[in-house]
Amino acid sequence: MSGVLVITEQRQGAWNKMSFEAVAAGLELAKLIGATCSAAVFGSGISTLTTDLAGKRLEKIYSVQHDLLADYTADGSVIALEHAIKQAAPDYVVFPHTYQVRDFAPALATRFGQVLISDVIAIHEGPVFVRQLLQGKLNADYRPTALASSATPCFISVQAGTFSADSVETGQAEIVPVELTLTADQIRNQPGERFRESAQTVDLSAAPLIVSVGRGIKEEENIAIVQELADALGAELAASRPICDNGWLPMERQVGSSGQTVAPKLYLAVGISGAIQHLVGMKGAKTIIAINKDENAPIFEIADYGVVGDLFEVVPALTKAILAAKS
Amino acid sequence: MKIIVAIKQVPERDAQIAIAADGRWIDEDDLAYTINEPDAYALEEALQLKEKNGGEVIVLCLGPERVTSTLREALAKGADRAIHVEFDELAALDTLAVAKMLAEAIKPESPDLILTGLQSDDLGLGQTGVVLAELLGIPHATIIMQVERTDSGLRVKRELEDGWFQHVDMPLPALLTIQSGGNKLRYATLMGIKKAKSKQTDTVTPADPVAPSIELAKVYLPSKQKKTEILKGSPAEVATQIVEKLKFEVRAL
Repeated sequence: MSGVLVITEQRQGAWNKMSFEAVAAGLELAKLIGATCSAAVFGSGISTLTTDLAGKRLEKIYSVQHDLLADYTADGSVIALEHAIKQAAPDYVVFPHTYQVRDFAPALATRFGQVLISDVIAIHEGPVFVRQLLQGKLNADYRPTALASSATPCFISVQAGTFSADSVETGQAEIVPVELTLTADQIRNQPGERFRESAQTVDLSAAPLIVSVGRGIKEEENIAIVQELADALGAELAASRPICDNGWLPMERQVGSSGQTVAPKLYLAVGISGAIQHLVGMKGAKTIIAINKDENAPIFEIADYGVVGDLFEVVPALTKAILAAKS
Repeated sequence: MKIIVAIKQVPERDAQIAIAADGRWIDEDDLAYTINEPDAYALEEALQLKEKNGGEVIVLCLGPERVTSTLREALAKGADRAIHVEFDELAALDTLAVAKMLAEAIKPESPDLILTGLQSDDLGLGQTGVVLAELLGIPHATIIMQVERTDSGLRVKRELEDGWFQHVDMPLPALLTIQSGGNKLRYATLMGIKKAKSKQTDTVTPADPVAPSIELAKVYLPSKQKKTEILKGSPAEVATQIVEKLKFEVRAL
């Protein structure tokens, strides 16, 4: 084939829901370049998923089954997908930008002498792939230097939440098994069971109101003024990653790609610049209010209301005003 | 254990960013630089591993002359020596070309372990470590929070999505990309800064780079996804306006 090949992600027979966002991106790219779009699924015990995927409007489904792919390893994934890509011979390979893809896709691209264009947020005519730089302060247009071809495919991964999985229409695709030679000695890492650090006692995803604090708070003792604001409002207190890394708030209060994903009625971001890892965890909030001293902070790109100012002045004033309004 | 830490020098987080005249990168004049944050955690992990298991920590950085300040800082924090891969035209390199230059500098050292941050704060491609491992033919693991020496090699704690983790056992030599926050970063002591002056920094000149397979064609300010209404006034005035929104729009009050 030429065209687009989407690499999906599953674990123990269950889809990673970002797989279908990647399929949506692949279909959009295929439309732009006037080519067809196929997809690949790899793992062990994936026949149900293969059939499921074949029910989408795709050309072919490349199915890579092997017992040694039951638990994810970078080595197994690279070898399996190297086979699939060589067999499918696409011009473009599209991945969801998951933690797993970040672990193996750069090595896979290296095997083809290529570089992954990671965390893409839009695809334009050309094709041109848009991604963010400097924690979202700038956007950048990337493109392959030579025409992508089946000998030198272009690899891209798409950011969570940028393409709509719902847009993928039903259809009937042909299932193509991929012949794979893989032996146990080729897999160097031994993965253990997945675990969580502690039972999550705070379910931020159910909170209607969230006040969240970021680096702008500067010192641990300053957290108190944001806690007072959350208390006045009857909101849950949350934080961006650096606050939890510092141990100023427990990890279970972290919002973002490595923490919780929330979609409250109100998300009040205090001193949060809005690195993309944070935004993916909260951009579904209905109303976003941001207080930040930097008018160019990326949080203002998605905020409904913004205050450019000193949080140490604005937050206490807001707490006072809320308490007055409530009494 | 001989550990190499590959670090990158990036613009400071609070730096005022201006787009360069050619529209393909940022204006680097008068820009303040610092160590890439996840790389600082990689260095910290390496120093702690050395304190526990003995060995040597070598810091490695690719870039123009300016990156030597970041290497000196790493030496002041406790790294034993430094390797500077001197190359001025960073914009001409893609990840693969960068990783090839780093790999060539690493090979003669035959380290047991290579650490680097999981991604850079400027380009954020998050690939150099994994590509480097592939080029060197050694196993890797990414987004690592903890590293433990075992009889057969390493046991690492890998971060997964949504608060999940996983332990991975792997042989040495290996490469790990380190996540921020696993350790508390140390500061350079006065003694450390003094000692750093007598530590060795080797400068190596890389071979001509391979032609890039991707190019950064244009940078620009992102367009807003939502129309943000900026609330203006004194803190008290701004607070009154927010309370109005909370009452009548969000209905939170």
